[in-house]
This record gives sequence, structure tokens and C-alpha cells, in this order.
Amino acid sequence: MIWNSAGEFFAMGGYGLYVWGSYGVIAACIAIDALIAIKRHRAARAATAANGENN
Amino acid sequence: MTPPPVFSTVLGRDLRLAARRRVDALLPLAFFAVAVSLFPLGVGPEPNTLRQISPGVLWVCALLAAMLSVTQLYATDQADGSLEQMLLAGGSAFSAGIAVALAKAVSHWLVTGLPLVLIAPLFGVMFDLSGRSIAALCASLALGTPILSLLGNVGAALTLGVRNGSVLLILLIVPLCIPALIFGSGAISAVESGSSARGHFSLLGALFIATGLLAPLATAAALRIAIE
Amino acid sequence: MAMTMRFFTYASPPRFYALAGALIPWFWIAALVLGAAGLWIGFFQAPTDATQGDAYRIIFIHVPAAWMSMVLYLVMAFWAAIGWAFNARLASMVARALAPTGAMFTFCALWSGALWGKPTWGTWWVWDARLTSELILLFLYLGYMALVNAIDDTRRADQAGALLAVIGSVNVPIIYFSVKWWNTLHQGATISATAAPKMVASMLTAMLLMTLACWAYAFAVVFTRTRAIIVEREREAKWLNDGAAA
Repeated sequence: MIWNSAGEFFAMGGYGLYVWGSYGVIAACIAIDALIAIKRHRAARAATAANGENN
Repeated sequence: MTPPPVFSTVLGRDLRLAARRRVDALLPLAFFAVAVSLFPLGVGPEPNTLRQISPGVLWVCALLAAMLSVTQLYATDQADGSLEQMLLAGGSAFSAGIAVALAKAVSHWLVTGLPLVLIAPLFGVMFDLSGRSIAALCASLALGTPILSLLGNVGAALTLGVRNGSVLLILLIVPLCIPALIFGSGAISAVESGSSARGHFSLLGALFIATGLLAPLATAAALRIAIE
Repeated sequence: MAMTMRFFTYASPPRFYALAGALIPWFWIAALVLGAAGLWIGFFQAPTDATQGDAYRIIFIHVPAAWMSMVLYLVMAFWAAIGWAFNARLASMVARALAPTGAMFTFCALWSGALWGKPTWGTWWVWDARLTSELILLFLYLGYMALVNAIDDTRRADQAGALLAVIGSVNVPIIYFSVKWWNTLHQGATISATAAPKMVASMLTAMLLMTLACWAYAFAVVFTRTRAIIVEREREAKWLNDGAAA
């Protein structure tokens, strides 16, 4: 284990802002990308179901 | 009966139309002049700064002027149906497409690109470029503006009849013009700073040949997609 | 004949829809497991770098994101071209599904590159060959997405997008080369781009695992988006309305 404490881990030798700023934003992008795709699929299924009922 | 010469017919027609609407044809040049003049106003009149940025400024404005005027080429022809007729006219749909694409590129260059090359020295002087640099400016634009016309044609064919077509075209085609921009403005900077621009001109020439061979094919394909 | 039939079986939207639906959960699991493993090794096994300190740990996401951005563009162009050449609508749908994720990875590469650059080179942005080409790649993705969305006729949009994507792929090496050249000419303003630390085995392992994790993630999301597009386009189709699809 290279970190002596949780504090050290989050500080990243003084570069914490950069490291966590990168990973944080990227994690957010990935989550948003995935959620939008899933929502799009759900909306499309819902629209088709509604359409099918009207037929 | 031999098929009509598509290339010369389309070219002649476009040039005649441009001659009749001289104001429309000169608008890109006016845009170029205005856009170029904005930079000293925005950046400051210091001659050294202006001399340094002038190759890039002149090239970028030439690029934008070319892209803004290229949608005109096809818009009216598509609206009145003559574009379809032109594409059907030749021996085969494929060769007709290429002939139309080449004719449009050449006519665009003659109307927009060539005048730019001719008036560029005026702006070179405005930016305090040396005589040799101005010669390099004209040479690089002479090689570069055909590339811009050819690539602009591809964009115009791709965005034919699409809403916001001209803005979309700029977004699509400008990234593809970046190599020409880099070598073209680089050549002028090289001459201005006293080093050799041979490498730049060789690469620009290679781009010119490659684009000349491939862009009409892409334009023809795009026209087929748009018309079908 | 039977083999060819089976090969093209999944070219049919309903069959692909079902297959993708079954595979997606596994891709998610793979992405999470590989990602966790990669991050564990990257943050708890890989040593601190002598010159760059702990800031270098950004590469464990920066490099995979950059690779994905380039690979996905080529894959997108490939499927778009297949869709155009063979009139295979599913291929065109996959191409459209790839674009947003590819653009996202490109943005992530740029963002993490900037945040890595600040402590390493002293500035947020450097006009070096790789970052600049990556920025242009982002424009290429956005252009593709803008074009296919601007054209209302689906088939024309797919074909125009395919042509644009193919032209883009041909241009990417040219753009990279010209930017690299431009960069070396203006050497005064640039710092050497070879800023990656000397790679220890654990660093390489972490990068590899993160790359695989990004791959699995990309499959999961792109397949999800493709399913959405299938449903959107095949709205009237019987197989959807019959409730035969899961």
C-alpha cells in the first residue's frame, strides 16, 4: 500500500485537484452518456407501446 | 449521337450567370476585405504583430470567404431542377457527376478564388509584408484556393437543401481544410522569416493534386445521395 | 450457404435487438470489474512518479479515452460505409449510435489532457500535435452528428453521414501529420510532447485494464443506443408491437 492515510490518497501529492478533477468530470460524462442512452431507449419503447395500443 | 460535353456546358453556364450577377460574385471578396481589416482593429496597429499574424489572418479569411460563397453553386440549380438534368445529361451518371463537380469547382475558383489571389497583394501591403512574402502569399493562395473550392464543393453537395446548410458546411469542411491552412500560411511565414518555404509548397502542391483527384469523386457521390 | 445465413442473421434488426439485449448486462459487468481492477492497480499498486508526482495517474483514464476516441471514429466510419455500400440499415444505425460516445471520449481525452498538462507543462492547453488533432477529431464527430441530424430523410442522412465519416477517416492521418509538422516548426512555443513517465509494469497493466473497461463500456452504451434507434425507426414493425421483443 503506497498511501499512508486516506488524507494522502485524496491529496495526491498536492495534485488532488487535477487528478480528481479529471476522474470526476469523466465519471460524470460516462454516467450522463449512459443515462441518456438508456432513457432514449425507454422513451422509444414507451412511444411504440402507445402507438401499438392506438392501432 | 455523342453525349453533350457536361463539363464545358456547366462551366460556361455558371460563368455567364456570375457575369450577370456581378454584385453577388463580388460579395465574397468584399467579405474578405472587411474580415481582414477587422484584425488590425482588434489586435492593435503595431506593425511587427500584424506582420506576424498576417499569413494566418489572410488565409483564414480566404478560407471563410470561400466557404461562405460555395453553397450558392448548387442552391439555385437544385431549386429549379436543372441540377438533376445536368446529372442525367452525360454518358453515364457517374461521369456526369464528376464533370458537374469539376465544373462547379472550377467556376467557384474562377469567380472567388482567382480574384482573391489578385487582390491579396493589397492586403499584404496593409500588413507590412515584404515583397518576397507577398509573392509567397500569392503563390500559396494560388495553390490553396483551388483546394478550398474543391473541398467546399464536397460540403455544398453534402448539405444540399439542408436547413442551415451554409453554417453546417463550415463546421463540416473547415476541419478538412486545416492541412492546407497550415502549409499555406506556413509558407508565407517561412519566407517572411527568411527560411525556405520549399517544403511547405511541396506539401501544398501534393494536397492540391490529391484533392483535385479525390474531391470531385466525393462530390459526385454526395450529389447522387442528395438527388436520389 | 448455411454459414453465410448465420453470419448475416444478426444484420436483421429484430435479431440484433434481442442479442444486444442479452449481452448488454454482461458488458456492464465487465466494464465495472475491469474498471475497478484497473483503478485499483493504478492508484494502489503503481508507484509515484519521480518527476511528475502523483499527477501522472491521470493517464490511466486519459490514454484509454484518447484511444477509444480514435478507434470509435474508425469503427463508426466502417459501419457507416457498410450501411451505405450494402444498403444495410442496421449498420447505419450502429454508426449513428457510436458517434455520441466517441465524441464523449474525445472530450474526456481533451479535458484530462488539459488537467494533466497544467501540473506537468505549466499550462492548461498546449498546441501540440496530439491535443490539437484530438480537438479537430472532436469537430469531426460533431460535424457528423450535425449532418445526420440536419437531414430529415433517414436514408439520405445515413448515406451523407457515411460519406462524411469516410472522408474524415482519410483526413485524420493527414491532419495529424500536418499538425505535427506545424508543431515542430514552431518549436519555440512548444514543450516536448513525450511527457509520459517511464512505464513500470503496474502502470501498463492498469492502462490495459482501463482500456478494456472502456471498450466494454462502449459496447454497453452503443448497443443500448442502437436498440433505441431500432425501436425509433422500426416503430411500425410487427415484431415490436406484438410484444415479441424483450
